[in-house]
Amino acid sequence: MSSNYNITSFCHIKNHQVSLNGTVVFSEQHVGFSEFIKAAYKHQKTNYPKFFKMDHLSKLAFLAADILLKNLKLDSEKENNIALVFSNKAASLDTDISHQKAIQHKDNYFPSPAVFVYTLPNICLGEISIKYKLYTENSFFIFERFNAEHLFSYTNSLLETNKAKSVLCGWVELEGDNYEAFLYLVSKEGHLQHNTQQITTLYNT
Amino acid sequence: MIKAYLSYNNIISSLGFNSESVVKNIHNEVSGLQLIKDNKALPEPFYSALIDSEALEKAFLKLQPKTDYTRLEKMMITSLNEVLQSSKIKLNDRVGLIVSTTKGNIDALDKNNPFPKERAYLSELGKNIQEFFKFENEAIVVSNACVSGILSVAIAKRYIQQNTYDHVFIVSGDVVTEFILSGFNSFQALSQEPCKPYDKNRTGINIGEVAASILVTKSSENLAKEAVEILGESSCNDANHISGPSRTGEGLYRSIKLALDQANLTAQEIDYISAHGTATMFNDEMEAIAFNRMQLQKVPLNSLKGYFGHTLGASGLLETIVGMHSLYNNTLYVSKGFDTIGVTKPINVITKTTSRELKTFLKTASGFGGCNTAIILKKSNQTKNHV
Repeated sequence: MSSNYNITSFCHIKNHQVSLNGTVVFSEQHVGFSEFIKAAYKHQKTNYPKFFKMDHLSKLAFLAADILLKNLKLDSEKENNIALVFSNKAASLDTDISHQKAIQHKDNYFPSPAVFVYTLPNICLGEISIKYKLYTENSFFIFERFNAEHLFSYTNSLLETNKAKSVLCGWVELEGDNYEAFLYLVSKEGHLQHNTQQITTLYNT
Repeated sequence: MIKAYLSYNNIISSLGFNSESVVKNIHNEVSGLQLIKDNKALPEPFYSALIDSEALEKAFLKLQPKTDYTRLEKMMITSLNEVLQSSKIKLNDRVGLIVSTTKGNIDALDKNNPFPKERAYLSELGKNIQEFFKFENEAIVVSNACVSGILSVAIAKRYIQQNTYDHVFIVSGDVVTEFILSGFNSFQALSQEPCKPYDKNRTGINIGEVAASILVTKSSENLAKEAVEILGESSCNDANHISGPSRTGEGLYRSIKLALDQANLTAQEIDYISAHGTATMFNDEMEAIAFNRMQLQKVPLNSLKGYFGHTLGASGLLETIVGMHSLYNNTLYVSKGFDTIGVTKPINVITKTTSRELKTFLKTASGFGGCNTAIILKKSNQTKNHV
């Protein structure tokens, strides 16, 4: 299956590396996720203090999205109709475990709203929407593994029904020190045709 | 354009185990909310609407399960089974499955829970439902906070109009857990009394539990008597705050506007609004602002949270199903818990259950992460006349 749209750009964050359109732009070996993502944020000169209060899943998703979106040089005065369609396997399990720890023992009971709010996978979509003023379609799906067919078909439906001009979509998985982000932007621009084969190939690079 | 209908449906709840008995209880203004004293769930007593465990066990065992299932899975399977049976649709590769939930089997993370913590993966929940009924397609799990239930309806419609599926079954559900109660309590969002959506004296939400299921189909044949056509849908983010609603109702306003545009209807053509109405100060105020911006302030509106509490990822589908029955019965149901208007913009909250001819309704929801969804539904054909 194919469509009239292209994959404009794509970003990976995995194996201690950040890459944009297949080229490594940052690498920091031998550190855990927390230090790695902070170093990547600094290297990318992201300069967005709200980043530091985000949970790990949001940091991962936010940084990958930011690398692609800032590359578009969007006009912040204008509205950008970019929909967000994200997916993963573990949902917000990483932060769910933190909240569970805070309530497990009654003699050490400390649930916090700042943690609890991140026990929803779609919060990372909210974080990206706030930074880029995206008053757009947001959906978060859970699958056993990366599902190119679903992302392809759902993204096409948003574009073909004019619900969005472009769609930022992909996979953002995080559990402990295991993390993997693969986000790509689908629009009229670019040379890589938007189809499931292409999505799968890019995911595996 | 391919049409998409909402047809056979079921609700498993504190107010009954099928949609008709639930709606009958709503007609009689019976609420499922009760004061619960369970210090394992929350140190202080709280109001909730819980499903009767014995009745659930009895209904579920009739399906002859071959292995152990969690409470949520029992609710979802029992509910979806009813819809599969009444629809008589054979499962093949043209039939999709959507599972909508915010927290799924989150109670499996608790060390005292008999299930392994791997059960908390939402993909496991999807797989268990899929395998129980032997759906050919993998379950699509939607977890988008409190809009999950109605977002699933929008997603099913898109899949049908993309010609990916002919029929989509949606099952949605969440359970009342210590995980959820402690979290909302840490936000100081829980009410110490039955919730009072839009009321001047509202003090917050109650958490409740249901499972709700529905068939979404492109076929206009063999529809349920209360079936509706999905005319429009839209989802828009507030781009404002992750845990507080927008002061201007921006995302909700846009969602309603775009859903109306797609439906090719004006605000004046909406007969009823099934709103979100969680009974927090900020949410209800935000909705009133958005409805006014859309010129919907005179349309009769209710929140069903006074009957079920907030049932999270299931609430949107639950309330859509009640809305379908409301249309079929040509009856506006009282917004339980409401007495005196407590929002700064005028809205027309239903204060008395009333017979009135109804053709179309708007269902809305909003949630954490700044998400909002609106869908517009129209009675499909048959009407029951007792106006």
